[in-house]
Amino acid sequence: MSVVVRTIARLLLPWVLAFGGYVIMHGHLTPGGGFQGGAVVASAVALVVIAFGAEGLKGQKNLFSFLEDLGAIAFVALAFLGIGSTFFRNVLAGGGGLFGTPVPFGPNPGWLNTGGTLPLMNWAVGLKVLAGLGSVVLLLALFGGKEDG
Amino acid sequence: MNIMVHAPILAIAVPLLGAFALPLFAKVHRNLRDLWGAAVAGFTAAMAVALAVQAFTSGIQVYTLGAPSPTDTVVAGGFPIRIMLVVDALSAFMGLITTVLGLASLVYAWRFLREDQGKTLALTLFFLLWAGIYGLEYTGDMFNFFVFLEITSIAACALVGYRTWESRPPEAAFKTMALYTLGGLLVLLAVGILYGEYGALNIAYLSSKIRGALVDKVALGLLLGGLLMKAGTVPAHMWAPDAYGEAPAQAAIVLVGNTQASLYGLWRVLFTLFGGALFAPQVGWLVVALGTLTLLVAVLMAVIQVDLTRLIAYGAVSQIGYMLLGVGVGLTVLSGRPEFGLVAIRGGVFHMLNDAATVGLLFLAAGAVYRAVGSKDLRALGGLGHDLKWTGGFFLLGALALAGVPPLNGFASKILIYQSSFQLSPILAAIAVLGSILLLAVFVRAFQGAFLGPRLTKAEPAPLSMLVAMGALAVLVIALGLVPGFFLEHLVNPAADALWRGRDLYLAAVLGG
Amino acid sequence: MGNFAFLAAMLLVGIGLWALVSRRNLIKLAIGLSIIQSGVNLFLVSLGYVRGGVAPIYTYAPPGVPMVLPTPQALTLTAIVIGLATTALMLAFIVVIYRHRGTLDAGKIRELKG
Repeated sequence: MSVVVRTIARLLLPWVLAFGGYVIMHGHLTPGGGFQGGAVVASAVALVVIAFGAEGLKGQKNLFSFLEDLGAIAFVALAFLGIGSTFFRNVLAGGGGLFGTPVPFGPNPGWLNTGGTLPLMNWAVGLKVLAGLGSVVLLLALFGGKEDG
Repeated sequence: MNIMVHAPILAIAVPLLGAFALPLFAKVHRNLRDLWGAAVAGFTAAMAVALAVQAFTSGIQVYTLGAPSPTDTVVAGGFPIRIMLVVDALSAFMGLITTVLGLASLVYAWRFLREDQGKTLALTLFFLLWAGIYGLEYTGDMFNFFVFLEITSIAACALVGYRTWESRPPEAAFKTMALYTLGGLLVLLAVGILYGEYGALNIAYLSSKIRGALVDKVALGLLLGGLLMKAGTVPAHMWAPDAYGEAPAQAAIVLVGNTQASLYGLWRVLFTLFGGALFAPQVGWLVVALGTLTLLVAVLMAVIQVDLTRLIAYGAVSQIGYMLLGVGVGLTVLSGRPEFGLVAIRGGVFHMLNDAATVGLLFLAAGAVYRAVGSKDLRALGGLGHDLKWTGGFFLLGALALAGVPPLNGFASKILIYQSSFQLSPILAAIAVLGSILLLAVFVRAFQGAFLGPRLTKAEPAPLSMLVAMGALAVLVIALGLVPGFFLEHLVNPAADALWRGRDLYLAAVLGG
Repeated sequence: MGNFAFLAAMLLVGIGLWALVSRRNLIKLAIGLSIIQSGVNLFLVSLGYVRGGVAPIYTYAPPGVPMVLPTPQALTLTAIVIGLATTALMLAFIVVIYRHRGTLDAGKIRELKG
């Protein structure tokens, strides 16, 4: 790709990643969440693939699939946390401590320390999606690369 | 913590966790991966069996996800807001079928797992598919049903097409995927319509509200279309021979379980969600007609097949026709509830178990043939009986059982279907018997072509794990045929009753009172 | 007016079905399925619309104003995720098929027939 595209991509990349992280982090408070944020981060992968080619990321395939597994396992494990009462029971919510603050009413800047297991699940899903979608983008790009040279 | 209370979710969540953790264990060591797989499979099967025992002895098991207690199904005001699993006798029965097929598949594939490295993906997909099938059978929530439907679709198609180095599997997988996706979308549209109308997704709650308005009929039509497409009935059967034919044998028999889970969904929709009697005669006749058409078309297509697995695949599709015929006859007469309606449903439900054992056995035997000589073409096969004695015997047993020859299990359930459909219309019974006779001819010819005659090539006998898996299914085939009364009384009759008049119990278990 | 979204959804489903029956290119078949998916998703999300409703953000909703229903949005989101997975899988199969056959015409690659 041309130098214009590469420069713009370099400039945009940190912002895309930060926005993806924001969307995942605020998933339990505002629209968004693990999938959306993960998709935003995966679009950063697409940006890199388009601007710099897929070959450079080829070595990261294993890392992606490892992160994907990790996200999925973390999600199911978090759901298992509630097995004392029921599967998926939100054991952290409302009890103080980590993510245990009750959500305050009215306009506020967004208290991240709320929602119990939900923010953690958002991170798990986010990890799964950014890795899964990222590797889909990467693999489809690598497919094309071999064909077309 | 009482582990048995959590059995429904454990049967779904543990294979799911197993699937995701598998690649990580595979990175450490191959033996660790296999050990983990075996442990997960054993635990899952134990949960499904224990759950079935509970459901058969102490009634419907409910499990509400995320609630303070698993039995807190409704919030104040009697409205079920959470996703829940509802396991009645029919769900438990289907869970047992899934367990049998899953374990047989795993044992059969054990040797393949030893042979080369690239099987982690297939094993992961297998566990995903297995978990998805359990989910389909246990869920009590329409949207959840759709989600599991799609999980099974994706995992099943990936299993069909994961041998990307060959040219045919990806084609079969794409075709299957397209039809599965379309079917899934029809189901989703119906779920959306029901949600828009009643503001709920819970099967029991929806069932208590549905009165038969026009939108309900539209939703029923979409659900029927989507689920029949996924069950591989004529006219949407095109994917079935490709998928069954191209999938490796161990995957094909899990696909059989997947197809049956879609049929289970159909029964659940017709009998529980729509209350059976609501549209019974017309919809019942539609199901009967589709069933008859399916078995006729599939048997006729089987006649011209030259590929062993495609031949069995058409045999499998024709068995779907028998199940539809049996349960459809029951549905047709549901409002009057004459005795033969219950017999028909028993026949249809029993046939699902028999089909799992029989078709499973045939697919496994065909897989052993393919492994031994590297070909499935009946024109090129011959004389395999000299080297593959056990496999040949198992194939013959499966073929005879599939055709419904008396002492075997196919006959035990087909006779119930013949009897009851005769009472609805003699023509139906005549077509059903004709289908069986043709199947017998087709499969005897296939057996003769593949196993009898002079030895053409040297074939390597099937390894022990494959023989064990086939042997287990063969024992099941014989046992189901010799003592059908036992299985009928303890497994099939409660499951059939859950369809015939179990709707009120189902609703009461979820909504209370 | 309120049914506009439903009409648009059904139109999308119709377009997708038409693409499925009239096109032979595998990628166009996948596109057709995606269009149906979009139609169904639009239908789902419009089910939860409340006239004049605000976004269902728990901490930010001013009192006394109706919120649109969050459940259909969650359903739609799930359906989108699933649609993404199916589309990705189908495209992967298409790539593999193209490598083996060198064509995307469904009429020419039918090795499996009957």
